[in-house]
Amino acid sequence: MAKSFAELKVLAAKARLGAIIGTYHAKSGHPGGSLSAADIFTYLYFNEMKVDPEKPDWADRDRFVLSKGHCCPSLYAVLAMKGFFDWKELESLRHVGAMLQGHPDMKSTPGVDMSSGSLGQGISAACGMALAAKLDNKDYRVYTVLGDGECEEGEVWEAAMFAAHNNLDNLVVFVDQNGLQIDGTVEEVGGIEPLDKKFEAFGFEVVKIDGHSFDNIEAALNKAKTVKGKPFAILAKTVKGKGVSFMENQVGWHGKACNDEEFKVAVKELEDEIARLEAEV
Amino acid sequence: MAQVVCKPTRESFGIALCEMAKTNKDIVVLDADLAAATKTSIFQKEYPERFRNCGIAEGNMIGVAAGLAAAGKIPVAASFAMFSTGRAYEQIRNSIAYPCLNVKIAGSHAGISTGEDGATHQCLEDIALMRTLPGMVVLNPADHFEMMEATKAAIDYDGPVYIRLGRLAIDSFNDPDSYKFELGKGITLHEGDDVAVIASGLVVNEARKAVLALESEGINARLINIHTIKPIDRDIIIKAAKECKQLITVEEHNVIGGLADAVCEVTSSECPVKVTRIGVYDRFGYSGPAWELLEKFGLTETHIAKVIREVVKG
Repeated sequence: MAKSFAELKVLAAKARLGAIIGTYHAKSGHPGGSLSAADIFTYLYFNEMKVDPEKPDWADRDRFVLSKGHCCPSLYAVLAMKGFFDWKELESLRHVGAMLQGHPDMKSTPGVDMSSGSLGQGISAACGMALAAKLDNKDYRVYTVLGDGECEEGEVWEAAMFAAHNNLDNLVVFVDQNGLQIDGTVEEVGGIEPLDKKFEAFGFEVVKIDGHSFDNIEAALNKAKTVKGKPFAILAKTVKGKGVSFMENQVGWHGKACNDEEFKVAVKELEDEIARLEAEV
Repeated sequence: MAQVVCKPTRESFGIALCEMAKTNKDIVVLDADLAAATKTSIFQKEYPERFRNCGIAEGNMIGVAAGLAAAGKIPVAASFAMFSTGRAYEQIRNSIAYPCLNVKIAGSHAGISTGEDGATHQCLEDIALMRTLPGMVVLNPADHFEMMEATKAAIDYDGPVYIRLGRLAIDSFNDPDSYKFELGKGITLHEGDDVAVIASGLVVNEARKAVLALESEGINARLINIHTIKPIDRDIIIKAAKECKQLITVEEHNVIGGLADAVCEVTSSECPVKVTRIGVYDRFGYSGPAWELLEKFGLTETHIAKVIREVVKG
């Protein structure tokens, strides 16, 4: 059952809250990119992908690879809401013996299809999964989310070439373009633009969207299904730290957790937003 | 003695993959623009629909292999050892070894016997790199028949495996009628208790010739072939250390991180004995014909015999 956009907005706000809770309890982690990609994760798991939380290893399921693996806190929150594991697990994120590792671990976390975290590698694995579907004549689709800073990795372009060369039209590559990386803005540090022209030149069909608009995400994913013979890239313009006022567009919130005071403010903002959005459902 | 077959082990590997692919439909072979050299071209010719050339992009090839394995296939990713294990080391570590995926990584043109291409292509560190990865099985077969069986065992094993292939055509010494490959088990090729020579890969036959030649001098050396460097056969090494008191390792690899270290790791904690190491002493190779280089680096029968003689006579 597809969710309404109003329902998705509530789920995405909860995913953001989950990322804040997880990183707070871990005293570390990456809230900024977790918040920018939360709408994409939410749409994929609730309205797009064929997955079954009762059978996480179901052979015909759609696959998701978080190539920007450090943004797993909000992905974990989405997986928890989808029913792969208990929401309480978020509180032990990054703790010794935890199911939820600092970067995605397919062996310990139900619903995680590929271990990732070393940038550039997830898109290659996604290509392998998409190729496996082709070889097995299966119709499952493969989705991956990259960071814009991640596009500085050479392997991303090796993989892009491979995807186009092998006509992987069952592969959808999102780039979460929040414009910031650890050492500054993506344009200052790496200079990846023009990213649309690069993916086009590498053989992709490309769309540019607002990565916080469910309407845009839905339209892009629907278009992706109509494109035959080539892979599809969705360049999603986003706000790093989206949803927590003091984190938005702040490079310093790439890789640190809230202190007690900040945590209270962030939780209040997100809970107020959730209440407001629930009233709209 | 069975008939001697002279083949490079890369060719035996290609033939074995084809044999396995007849019944195992999950095998997918990837190469990085070296199919003609690694001999995955043999598989490509027979099963083009299950072969993908990834182009000169080894990092991506390893990642694609990881994704294929995560989706239930049995991918074999091949290139020169320098690139499949060196260039793509971190991809192997994080995308294959960490999630323990069922990928077979092949490294061809390993060792000094790559010859004329010189140091950039003579990988002397591949076994060290692969051996440090948790869960990685490391195979280094010594002749055609052993490579055929090792390849089949690697495919049948559920987990990551590195298999080292050579460029140089070498004579077989195993008898295909009696040869049995058992993953993780060393093979005693010659009995003796004056010293135990533990060898792996292409140099096993050189060590064998040396050991046989020394019989006439009254030297009875034990010869052990270690085709599986990880997990190593601890029992056969401990037994040799106890019964022979002295060990000699022989490998076409840096003495750091390869067979010598693997053997010493066992003896140092279980049965400390003197271990004399024949291999490449922490240096790069250079261009030249393969057999001349093997001679220069002391990896042929003559030098191995000399070392055995010195160790036995003290």
